[in-house]
Amino acid sequence: MNLSITLYKKLLLIRAAEEAIINYYHEDEMKSPMHMSMGEEAVVAGVCHALSIEDQVLGTYRSHALYISKTQDTDTFFAEMYGKSTGTANGKSGSMHLSDPDKGMMVSSAIVSSSISTAVGVALANKMKKNNRMTVVFFGDGAIDAGVFWESLNFACLERLPIIFVLEDNGIAVHTSDKKRQGYDSISKVVAQYNCHNYEESTTDVESIYQLTQAVIDKVRTTSQPAFMKLSYYRYLEHVGINEDFHDNYRCEKEYEDWRVKDPIKVQRSRLLENSIVKESELIEIESNIYQQVEQSVSKAKQAPFSSIQTLYQDVFK
Amino acid sequence: MSKISYCEALNKAIIQEMDRDPAVFIYGIGVPDHKEIFGSTAGILERFGSERCMDTPIAEDAMTGIGIGAALNGMRPIHVHIRVDFLLLAMNQLVNMASTISYGSGGKLNVPLVIRAVVGRGWGQGFQHSKSMHSTFAHVPGLKVIAPTTPRDAKGMMAAAIRDNNPVIILEHRWLYWQEEEVEDEPFTIELGKGNVLRQGSDLTIIATSWLNVEAVQAADILQKIHGVNVEVVDPRCFYPLDTELLVNSVRKTGHCIVADNDWIHCGFSAELAATIYEHCYEDIKSKVTRIGFAETPCPTARHLEDAFYPNTETLIRAVEEKLGLTEAELDSEKFFSHENRFKGPF
Repeated sequence: MNLSITLYKKLLLIRAAEEAIINYYHEDEMKSPMHMSMGEEAVVAGVCHALSIEDQVLGTYRSHALYISKTQDTDTFFAEMYGKSTGTANGKSGSMHLSDPDKGMMVSSAIVSSSISTAVGVALANKMKKNNRMTVVFFGDGAIDAGVFWESLNFACLERLPIIFVLEDNGIAVHTSDKKRQGYDSISKVVAQYNCHNYEESTTDVESIYQLTQAVIDKVRTTSQPAFMKLSYYRYLEHVGINEDFHDNYRCEKEYEDWRVKDPIKVQRSRLLENSIVKESELIEIESNIYQQVEQSVSKAKQAPFSSIQTLYQDVFK
Repeated sequence: MSKISYCEALNKAIIQEMDRDPAVFIYGIGVPDHKEIFGSTAGILERFGSERCMDTPIAEDAMTGIGIGAALNGMRPIHVHIRVDFLLLAMNQLVNMASTISYGSGGKLNVPLVIRAVVGRGWGQGFQHSKSMHSTFAHVPGLKVIAPTTPRDAKGMMAAAIRDNNPVIILEHRWLYWQEEEVEDEPFTIELGKGNVLRQGSDLTIIATSWLNVEAVQAADILQKIHGVNVEVVDPRCFYPLDTELLVNSVRKTGHCIVADNDWIHCGFSAELAATIYEHCYEDIKSKVTRIGFAETPCPTARHLEDAFYPNTETLIRAVEEKLGLTEAELDSEKFFSHENRFKGPF
């Protein structure tokens, strides 16, 4: 299939899934704190499209986009949101700890910065096994305030591990801007002192992120050195929850409006039509199929059984 | 069978497991250096190379996460800390990550990670080189926490920990490193969760942990000689899983129980053991459970204060005498263990 169409479908699947969360959340059946990905779709879908199914990713509590990008699976995603036995972890993990190791979606953690070192260990094992797998760890700009990020970056550079650190930079940690948290001007300048490849991009164009990531992966493989990518985006919604929160006045709605003009889904849709890659009627059908897939996943999740009470005690140990 | 020290037993178990399984590797601050973690990692670098015997930056937090990540991907890492106190920098990785990943992935992932941590004592170790911490670790579902006492325990439990599919924290008391006994040469495992009766007896049970087992056995021998009482010494060896049956059966038999835990008393493992005994032996016990542990202070450095901080053989003898209504024996002629007789530092 045409690359531009594929990427559009991947973006829209994430957006449609989160729109469904917003639509159904009021029913109070999805009892899980939602840290929404809305706004970052191009970053995650673009990076993940450059990976193979064997490559491994780790993320944070804001991993809806990551899970869907890596697995393309909305059935288990919604089943987990609804706490059902058909979910990723029988309903035990909820929104914040999504994983599907068979598809390379390893671990996501609700403790800021905690999965960064785990990812470095995943990469260390891949290097030891010489299996050529790439590891990508996603984290926000709050995570670079934590010591463990620097410890992890240091070790990955020291051991020349096959890993890409993706800073999903939205300039805000919960409600606190980077200016109020960081005693330096540019993270990229600091990271430039480490023995790794260093990239910085602020775009909502999924294709350019995909192409950049392809080049980065190639660089990591050929030089046996890790890479650091600072990819900027704007968090559309509140830190946790399904609502906008501009009335709280800790950030400016004007910024949102500026980013909304270049919304990643809108950008890719325009490309498809302006370059006559697809007819509008075909596009509407593609979109309708994606929304249908999501609705079916929601409906399957709602109908699925809860796990038995015995499940409570299962899998503490293996 | 060969007569080997606790330290040699740890070393042999690790080498045999690394021979058996190429997924096993060992790492930590100073692991491959000339001090060889008191000798416990001797010969590993030479035999297996630097990829399987790695030094690390002083970054316990990340290095624990890195062990977890490698374990998720099919490796069996052994992470070494020359003091338990350093492991506290990694509590987030232990409590939020290692202990939850199997559960939080619906059993699709697991973390076969061994964490070795040495419990320090004596010659001025002070309050940041002497903690035990087993109660804290064992409180968390998803972590196995063990403390081998004898050289045979050290070998069999280390091998079992490496083969276990879960995170296992193995606490090694520094003073136990010199204990010696005959141990099988070939590889073997001791099931995690099985305690050990170190000394048979019928009059009173001392449940002791880690180093205090050595003190308890000596106390029992002196009590036998002076008072003719027959003390049983039971070592749980594992804080989690716990061999409740072994402990309960001993106390049911003797009717008296002293818990001697190599840790503080308040909110400690001794409270868990006392509660376990009351829950299972309420009808059988003839006296209340006595708990013995560290003074409720940080550990001081000066020798005279440190001596007062730790319970010892005499503490145990006096506790047994009090419990059984015996007069205090004259102990001046007894020779007690003295750390300073064999060790002058630096650690």
